[in-house]
Amino acid sequence: MTELRKRGAVPVPDSTDGDNISDKEAEGVDTEAECEGDKADTPDVPPSSADNTPECITKALEGLPPRWKNYVIRGILSMAMISGFFFIIYFGPITLILTVMTIQIKCFHEIITIGYRVYRSYELPWFRTLSWYFLICVNYFFYGETLADYFGALVQREEPLQFLSRYHRFISFALYLAGFCMFVLSLVKKHYRLQFYMFAWTHVTLLLVVTQSHLVIQNLFEGMIWFIVPISIVICNDIMAYLFGFFFGRTPLIKLSPKKTWEGFIGGFFSTVVFGFILAYLLSQVQYFVCPVGYNSESNSFTIECEPSSIFELQEYTLPTALHNILGWETVQLYPFQIHSIFLSSFGSLIGPFGGFFASGFKRAFKIKDFANTIPGHGGIMDRFDCQYLMATFVHVYIGSFIRGPNPSKVLQQLLLLQPEQQLSIFHNLHSHLRERGLLPPPQA
Amino acid sequence: CLLSLSSLGPLWKNWWVRGILTLAMISFFFLIIYLGPIVLMMIVLIVQIKCFQEIITIGYSVYHSYHLPWFRTLSWYFLLCVNYFFYGETVTDYFFTLVQREEPLRILSKYHRFISFALYLTGFCMFVLSLVKKHYRLQFYMFGWTHVTLLIVVTQSHLIIHNLFEGMIWFIVPISSVICNDIMAYMFGFFFGRTPLIKLSPKKTWEGFIGGLFATIVFCALLAYVMAGYRYFVCPVEFNNDLNSFQVDCEPSELFQLQDYALPSVLQSLTGWSTVKLYPFQIHSIALSSFASIVGPFGGFFASGFKRAFKIKDFANTIPGHGGIMDRFDCQYLMATFVNVYIASFIRGPNPTKVIQQLMALRTDQQLHIFNALKVHLIEKGLLPALEEIIA
Repeated sequence: MTELRKRGAVPVPDSTDGDNISDKEAEGVDTEAECEGDKADTPDVPPSSADNTPECITKALEGLPPRWKNYVIRGILSMAMISGFFFIIYFGPITLILTVMTIQIKCFHEIITIGYRVYRSYELPWFRTLSWYFLICVNYFFYGETLADYFGALVQREEPLQFLSRYHRFISFALYLAGFCMFVLSLVKKHYRLQFYMFAWTHVTLLLVVTQSHLVIQNLFEGMIWFIVPISIVICNDIMAYLFGFFFGRTPLIKLSPKKTWEGFIGGFFSTVVFGFILAYLLSQVQYFVCPVGYNSESNSFTIECEPSSIFELQEYTLPTALHNILGWETVQLYPFQIHSIFLSSFGSLIGPFGGFFASGFKRAFKIKDFANTIPGHGGIMDRFDCQYLMATFVHVYIGSFIRGPNPSKVLQQLLLLQPEQQLSIFHNLHSHLRERGLLPPPQA
Repeated sequence: CLLSLSSLGPLWKNWWVRGILTLAMISFFFLIIYLGPIVLMMIVLIVQIKCFQEIITIGYSVYHSYHLPWFRTLSWYFLLCVNYFFYGETVTDYFFTLVQREEPLRILSKYHRFISFALYLTGFCMFVLSLVKKHYRLQFYMFGWTHVTLLIVVTQSHLIIHNLFEGMIWFIVPISSVICNDIMAYMFGFFFGRTPLIKLSPKKTWEGFIGGLFATIVFCALLAYVMAGYRYFVCPVEFNNDLNSFQVDCEPSELFQLQDYALPSVLQSLTGWSTVKLYPFQIHSIALSSFASIVGPFGGFFASGFKRAFKIKDFANTIPGHGGIMDRFDCQYLMATFVNVYIASFIRGPNPTKVIQQLMALRTDQQLHIFNALKVHLIEKGLLPALEEIIA
């Protein structure tokens, strides 16, 4: 399973060996401090922890051959995860946010643990504390921005919250700086390089995992459909590409992932587009999914009720003549969102897999089979979510560019912060603009 | 002319070279300030590219990855993408009217984020496709190295440009504080230095640190006083679309108008003045210079630790006697980020043009809602006459 390399064993012809030797050559004076750095470049990854499959399942599947056993476990866990997904959707936005946050922390933990194993830096002073501290800082920054945007009314009411919100960036920056200074003060003579590596590793992980999980939450606030449809698309593409590859797979796709095939890729693409199209149709009808999550300051709870925007209202589309002849329909009633879903599915099927290849390359580079062993048969949380992150970023950029205008409460907030003369001039501008549009009564003679 | 110094001992020669180069750099600084905002922006861009190149070159020599396929191209490509993204955002904010006029610019601006993301994704996919079997780890290291460098160098150089647009004084005073702190801490350390400060940089001393702190605060307060009187430094840089050029002309904000401050009684008895006329900006400059002297050096320690970790003496050899560009700018980056956060938190409100832009992009019912809320707010503040008269 895991490719193990014993330390001090017969050198295996590999790139890592080349690194070791050339690094030793590069550094002139080879002091003790060197050895840490050199070993860090050619780390030895200890074996991952034991299999997490629950006893009961193992017992039940004792009779089957190992390959079938693996399939059954994977299948059961897949269904368990999908049911879990439906369950938390049912529970609503707060639960979803908490779940996203839990997943983010778990992914961060998995990647950092790999870093520790790679660099054998368990004993580095302060470093575990600092990694978690930076995670808390960045989360504080992002959650603060989100809260200030979406819960403007609540924040304005409470005095300490108002203060925290007004100087939010400064406070976040100060917290981050404190961590930065602690890092500099914690540099220990023999471990400089290791510490810098871990610092960079932590920051890249934060950049990838934390920022993208916040994009997921912002997509969620736009309307749960913008959360559910992309995630379902990625899951569907995974499953469909696997099935098509299983039944028809012949031509390998990319050297990084030898199990993937062109047949799976293309079959997955088409079936995901169709699936996304149908799912969009079903979900667009339900207000619970379509409306932006709003916070009702009077009832102190989340409300998901609104006038659905125009993309969630059925519209007539004239079919191109080719389809017209085949189907015999002239026009078809579609939700505009379904057109958007075609773009989302295409991205999820064509570009999304690159996120998976990136993660595969990463696992090969550091000689690990899976990120962790959290989910029996599937690996770690990060294994399941590697493609999701790229998808979430795309959806966020897509919404920002093509769907959503600016957030009105945020605009009002900014307006109120301006200088009085600027407010007055904007007021008059807006006044004439609205009057032109006929939304305000014309001036009385 | 450097040959004439060869007769002196090597230690003196080094100092002379450092001294001459220091003066040369400071004069250059004055020159480009004189030449104006566009030149400053270009210099910031050049410095950023040079710093990026220096750090990436170190990465290459650490990992012996000269021969990695595609990697040099990809690093520069990512640099271009990130710069495109940031410059696009800046241009859209500050040159709004110019952008709206030209049709291709308008489209580029409306879908800016999407275009930048697509460009970045292309680079990402190229990276994945370029992974070669024996070099996976090296390639991932270089990928990580490139991204961390982009994060540190490129984002902070754009913060510098944002500070510049706020008013050249927000660019000049922070940079001068860092330079002054460097020089003053060195001098105090030279004459009075006894207790070492931190193991990372054995030449630094507590006496230098504290002396540098006080000297920098005083220097900055004086510099702020001198500069706050000039519109050229104090006014935000704006683009005049009629003249198609930059103008630096405005009514100075309150920060740059002399105000009376009552001295605390201690100072009163000392100096015999009861009040003193100061620019509020000078109070801010105390905060800025304190940061530059107390926290700024941590940027320098970070860079020293980095150099020790990778066993290099200097980032490069661009400037004789001083090392690479990055050696001179390591503390500046932290300072620039601080100034940007400081301005956003304590000084500047949101940009009114941007707010109007967003307002016009909203739906009409949202606009109406905001209009009413604003009306109520302005009436409360007494800035608008009572309700009935507005409708008239």
